[in-house]
Amino acid sequence: MTHDPIDIGAPSTTAVPEAVLEIVDLEMHYSVGGGVLGKRSVVRAVDGVSLTLRRGETGALVGESGSGKSTVGKCIIRLVEPTSGRVSFLGRDTTHLSRHALRPLRRDMHVVFQDPYLSLNPRMTIGQIVAGPLVHNGLLRRGDRRAQVGELLDRVGLRPELQDRYPHSLSGGQRQRVAIARALSCRPALLVADEPISALDASVQASTLNLLLELQAEMGFACLFITHDLSAAEFMADWIAVMYLGRIVEIGSREQIFGQPRHPYTQALLSAVPYPDPVIQRTRRAIVIVGDPPSPIDPPSGCRFHTRCPIAIDRCSEVEPELVDPADAGHLARCHLVGPQGEPPVVPVGQPRQHAWGDRT
Amino acid sequence: MSPVLDVRDVSVRIRVPSGHHVQAVDRVSFSVEPGETLAIVGESGCGKTMLAMAVLGLLPSGGEITNGEVLLDGEDLRTATPSRLRDIRGRTIGAVFQEPMAALDPVLTIGRQIAEVIQRHEGLSKDAARGRALELMSLVGIPDPASRIDQYPHQFSGGMAQRVVIAMAIACRPRVLLADEPTTALDVTIQAAVLRVIDSLKHQLDMAVVLITHDLGVVADVADRVMVMYAGRVVEEADVLDTFAAPQHQYTRGLMGAIRHPTRTPPRSRLTEIPGMVPTLLAPAQACAFAPRCPLADDRCRAELPLLGPIRDHHAVACFHPGVPA
Repeated sequence: MTHDPIDIGAPSTTAVPEAVLEIVDLEMHYSVGGGVLGKRSVVRAVDGVSLTLRRGETGALVGESGSGKSTVGKCIIRLVEPTSGRVSFLGRDTTHLSRHALRPLRRDMHVVFQDPYLSLNPRMTIGQIVAGPLVHNGLLRRGDRRAQVGELLDRVGLRPELQDRYPHSLSGGQRQRVAIARALSCRPALLVADEPISALDASVQASTLNLLLELQAEMGFACLFITHDLSAAEFMADWIAVMYLGRIVEIGSREQIFGQPRHPYTQALLSAVPYPDPVIQRTRRAIVIVGDPPSPIDPPSGCRFHTRCPIAIDRCSEVEPELVDPADAGHLARCHLVGPQGEPPVVPVGQPRQHAWGDRT
Repeated sequence: MSPVLDVRDVSVRIRVPSGHHVQAVDRVSFSVEPGETLAIVGESGCGKTMLAMAVLGLLPSGGEITNGEVLLDGEDLRTATPSRLRDIRGRTIGAVFQEPMAALDPVLTIGRQIAEVIQRHEGLSKDAARGRALELMSLVGIPDPASRIDQYPHQFSGGMAQRVVIAMAIACRPRVLLADEPTTALDVTIQAAVLRVIDSLKHQLDMAVVLITHDLGVVADVADRVMVMYAGRVVEEADVLDTFAAPQHQYTRGLMGAIRHPTRTPPRSRLTEIPGMVPTLLAPAQACAFAPRCPLADDRCRAELPLLGPIRDHHAVACFHPGVPA
């Protein structure tokens, strides 16, 4: 069978199981420090993360810096080897596979990173960059590279002639399209998108998200969308996992997370994003949380969020809550204060800003 | 009230390594009053950062102001000597940039760095300056200043380091605070706190704030007035409510249409795009630079430069076909 990476159709692997990706109790601990006098300590970047991504589905990992969201992504595509836990990709355990054993699976998992300035090799032409995965996987039709790459570039909205140029001559949005063309050239079953739009301007973000949605509808790949941008997660994802200091603190469907967030951290995070409308933004009553996230080297006892949580009780610093689903609705949160039927705890809000703009008009 | 910072018709030209020139800023005017926040918005390459650098007298080598004047309390900074400019920066204009760590000296304690600003500009003794540094640290919301004052920048998180930079910028009670993407590198919960700090200092010190950002959420949060830049020129200027409720320039309308509104934008729906790309101007514009991307452009737009003109009180636009397309 000849494999044509441009054709619309099912992903390249036949008989894809329902779960494209399954992660169980994933842990990634890094050892830092040391040297002659220093004591080595362990960063618990990811600490017991479990999730499942089904075929064609989009899941989002959301969190701030140090939450471990990008490390989860790196474990999935095996840029790093997890400390413990299990990663299954298309039904195969890839947790500790060797580079060699991973190679045939690489065709089905690709990644797009935040910074298209750093992720594209500056010494390679756009054509070489895009053709890379096709070459590695033996999918390049002989003597037909230009046409094949041209079709891929055209598919992501770039002129085929760009294949002779180098990354430096392209804009940020164009480079991200090149990265997407490369990642999807073999029609993978999974795309890991790590902050794919964060470095882009608003209007370029819109066209990049439109492109990802179109390509996903066409090719049917599952997407793990890793982002600090809640509005992007809400827009793209079927389900959202909110991470804090290496742990998932809440996971649920888009409607559950944005409609009735349970964990105080999720509530605070949603509340902190400024709404792009001055009337709404200035009359909102926002949750104010204080302080910075603690270091993942020495996470707080009990609930890791208790040092910043406005409603923490004694128990929160003593016992770490489990990730539970009280109403059995696929909506899990890790908080002692969630009610028996999943009622979200009430987090006090500040005063609305009600800024004096009236004096000018 | 009279403006404290009055920028008139400023053009900035940059010589790029290949030898030719780029018109980074093209005849831009704006002013800010005490107690007011002006947001300058636009996408990468629109000239907003070069405009800020021109105001501060910190243009990179190869960059020069070729036209116009920068008046600070009536004094033209273009004709000021370098030593006078150094005095003004830090005393009359405070500046905050995107990367706090780049603004701090890694080998000096936080306390020394804040105190140095005060000593240099106000001639206070070392002890008095240290006392003021402590006050400033609590003013910008750094917890436990007494123990943190002797720490080094690497012991501070990004959000706390940005507060230190803000403390240094406001140490001498400047008349103007110029903040270029001050929260872009920060987490969202930290961003909210830092924006609160800037906003409350503005009221307490009656400062004029010039906030440069690409984030329309930040604009909606803290701006009083908004100036939209495209390809080195101001295309629209209005108070914040009008900017969001009734944008007139097709570029502003495009920007507003492209953003996602939590709970309002239908998930996975098609977002509005602005077709085409931002141009790089090599010379002062002779026609509307947005015309190649504009749905309403006609022959006049491609031949004639639309000037910024009022369409109602506090709302000006540089467009021959402002408003909602017919």
